[in-house]
Amino acid sequence: MSRLSTSICIGLILVGVALMAILNLATAAGAPFHVPTYAISLVGKYLSYAILALAVDLVWGYGGILSLGHAAFFALGGYAMGMYLLREIGPRGVYGNATLPDFMVFLNYKSLPWYWNGFNHPGFAMAMAVIVPALVALIFGYFAFRSRVSGVYLSIITQALTYALLLAFFRNDMGFGGNNGMTDFKDIFGLPLQADSTRVGLLVASALALCLCLLVARYVVTSRFGQVLIAVRDSESRTRFLGYRPESYKLFVFVLSAIMAGIGGALYVPQVGIINPGEFSPANSIEAVIWVAVGGRGTLVGAVLGAVLVNAGKTFFTGAFPEFWLFALGFLFILVTLLLPKGVLGLLQKKTGGRV
Amino acid sequence: MGCFVTAFLAMTDGVVPPDPEGDVMVSIHRFLAVLLVSLPLLATSPARADDAPDPFIGLASQNFDIVANAVSALAVSGNPQAGATIAAIEADNLYVDAADDGAPKILIKQGDAYIDARTGQKAADINEDDVNSVRVNNAVRRAIEAAKGGMDLFAADATTRTKAAEKVFTSHDAAALPLLARAIAAEKDAKAKLVMEQAQAASLLTGDGGSDAERIAAVAILRARGDVESKSLLQSLHDQSKPVATAIDAATSSLARIEQLWSVLQSVFYGISLGSVLLLAAAGLAITFGVMGVINMAHGEMVMLGAYTTFMVQEVIRTHAPGLFAVSLFIAVPLAFLVSGVAGILIERCMIRFLYGRPLETLLATWGLSLILQQGVRSIFGSSNREVGTPEWMSGATQWGGLTITWNRLTIVIFAAIVIAALMAVMRGTSLGLRMRAVTQNRRMAAAMGIRTPWIDALTFGLGSGVAGMAGVALSQIDNVSPNLGQGYIIDSFMVVVFGGVGNLWGTVVSAMTLGIVNKFLEPFAGAVLGKIVVLIALILFIQRKPRGMFPLKGRAVEQ
Repeated sequence: MSRLSTSICIGLILVGVALMAILNLATAAGAPFHVPTYAISLVGKYLSYAILALAVDLVWGYGGILSLGHAAFFALGGYAMGMYLLREIGPRGVYGNATLPDFMVFLNYKSLPWYWNGFNHPGFAMAMAVIVPALVALIFGYFAFRSRVSGVYLSIITQALTYALLLAFFRNDMGFGGNNGMTDFKDIFGLPLQADSTRVGLLVASALALCLCLLVARYVVTSRFGQVLIAVRDSESRTRFLGYRPESYKLFVFVLSAIMAGIGGALYVPQVGIINPGEFSPANSIEAVIWVAVGGRGTLVGAVLGAVLVNAGKTFFTGAFPEFWLFALGFLFILVTLLLPKGVLGLLQKKTGGRV
Repeated sequence: MGCFVTAFLAMTDGVVPPDPEGDVMVSIHRFLAVLLVSLPLLATSPARADDAPDPFIGLASQNFDIVANAVSALAVSGNPQAGATIAAIEADNLYVDAADDGAPKILIKQGDAYIDARTGQKAADINEDDVNSVRVNNAVRRAIEAAKGGMDLFAADATTRTKAAEKVFTSHDAAALPLLARAIAAEKDAKAKLVMEQAQAASLLTGDGGSDAERIAAVAILRARGDVESKSLLQSLHDQSKPVATAIDAATSSLARIEQLWSVLQSVFYGISLGSVLLLAAAGLAITFGVMGVINMAHGEMVMLGAYTTFMVQEVIRTHAPGLFAVSLFIAVPLAFLVSGVAGILIERCMIRFLYGRPLETLLATWGLSLILQQGVRSIFGSSNREVGTPEWMSGATQWGGLTITWNRLTIVIFAAIVIAALMAVMRGTSLGLRMRAVTQNRRMAAAMGIRTPWIDALTFGLGSGVAGMAGVALSQIDNVSPNLGQGYIIDSFMVVVFGGVGNLWGTVVSAMTLGIVNKFLEPFAGAVLGKIVVLIALILFIQRKPRGMFPLKGRAVEQ
């Protein structure tokens, strides 16, 4: 069941993205089947969100850890990418300073803070986009799981974590651009960000990353490790009495999930063109949880589906009826939890008799 | 002597600055100077018939300078009629009866009648033709202005005298010393006398006069007074003789210690005030989350509903009964409790009861509800901040020793204490509270005893929400009333409840106060934002150590 749906999902993503790429690059603007570039970036954004949703589903659906701070890992990955993109601008900024990004010149920095060193190398920055979220998750998870903080307590402290990071990144003297964050990016890996081909490239990269994450996640949850993880989710004490160490299992999956979220964030920033502390807001993390709930918790594919569906709905609503988006989202939260405990995918499985 | 006075006056007249405040300052100086020269003048004045000098006599003069001096002399004479007389000159109601050959009568005109200024008795047989008005020029007016200030040192009312002495303390002019000496000698009221002595000490130290012993005594007086002004005055003193300088050093360092103590106390008060705000925001949550175990992410919106209820109450009062504005908050508190409480009962009946035993789903559903409530309020009231007024009795501040206490903060501290006391009384003393505790401890057993558990759930949730609504009334006084009001408190509230230990109201109180005070003590070192981050991280670490809070519940109820 899960194998079939994963294959279908990966197939759909790859075919859809390939089709979009061809229709964008090979057809002229105004042609009947032309896909505009903004749609490319939009779908790219959905796919980055889908990676985040996947990360949440991995810990929540399989580890029983309801993290209300996963957007923090997403944002940390995004900030790493943003730092690289700012350094990439070089002397072409408004102030023309070769090493200092514009906001630092503006805030009277004399030299680059030490933690900005190395971010001019794309490889280093990409590594950091994964390592920093992983480290934060490792430290946080080590303490949390070791002392057996679980359930809603864990949810609340993950929320406190992202809230603390939100406050920290809002500060100008943190050296991450304060409340304006980072924007006005120009190039990525030497390619102009505004070019259609770069945008399509980013979309394809997001699709590949998503598929890779999906495969890794599926491998993890179907392995022996995954079986124990599910056992931990369903009854932690019983698993412990059987001789397993639930905290190690949880910690591993938590760090893996943070890495995925970081990758999502790193792909998100160049396509959206901005990263600011708002990404750390607890509301974002909770929204990511609802994508998973809508799609179907503990199904992986459902998380991807939910992220794309909810965000497409958000794009539609905020464009057509901006007043009603929050109502719609709110009712979605309530209806899904009350009426659709298995999400859209659960509904589909019921309709198809459990074959998908 | 008189010539000297005139010359002096002419001199000072030349340097009178145009601005009114400076004018008065110069006048005070001149008043004091005049006093110095005029006291001996009066004492030897030939116009005086007996031992008691007649301060009124100069008023009859045609010479403005003599009149001005007479005003100053009258002011310090301590004569009971002085105030009325000077007020009469100012109002152009003072007359001189030049009919007699002896001392001219000074008369105050009241309506058509005249009153003898010296005695305050009605003056009979006044011939209108003989009566001349006492004319004033600017010099006299300034003398009046200054005299009124100095006269206050001799006023009948002790409070007025104290205030006047405070003024002299602030200006600490050495010229005021003789005047102060007289005032102190005449003073009966202990408090006024103390302030006068302090003023005298300040004036003495600022000037060069006095022996070392006197100056050291003055330092001791200022040290005993011990406020910021005394300290800065002492610090400003230089070129003192050795023993005096030592005394001053000792005094300033002791005052610095006292100041530090006050600033610590001030931080404690700010902390308690912040703690009360946290406590109010978290009290309702301590019931819904702590007692019932429901993660209500819409708790902040219950607070917001309370704040908007306050706004509505004030709107109605403004348009229909402006006189009730002072009590608007007293009307708002029960209404906010009702509005949020009913909203809470509805939420419990329509949503939460389907989600018992699924805390994570409850969290998501109530979060959705909070989005709906926020957007609903935004659609109705707009997204901008709404103006909620502060009644007169809650605005302003009072000084208590070195503490500045604002009334609205103090009111919130008291309100929080009342709310918590009431909540505890309900939980412990009422049948509803008993049932609530029974249901939370053992739902099935409680049901078997005949308690209608669904109703108790609804009422408990309503109670928690209602308390949140009352918190909203308080928060409307110190925070912006906007649709986002509740969001700012939700994380803090959860932190408070979790830190204190779930299901324990006392724990919530202790934890709110601890967090508030720690936050305020961190602020000076780390800044407001960083302080908060430090507290959050400390909390996260604390929960690692004690996952069930400072005061965890013990027994079977713990394991769900």
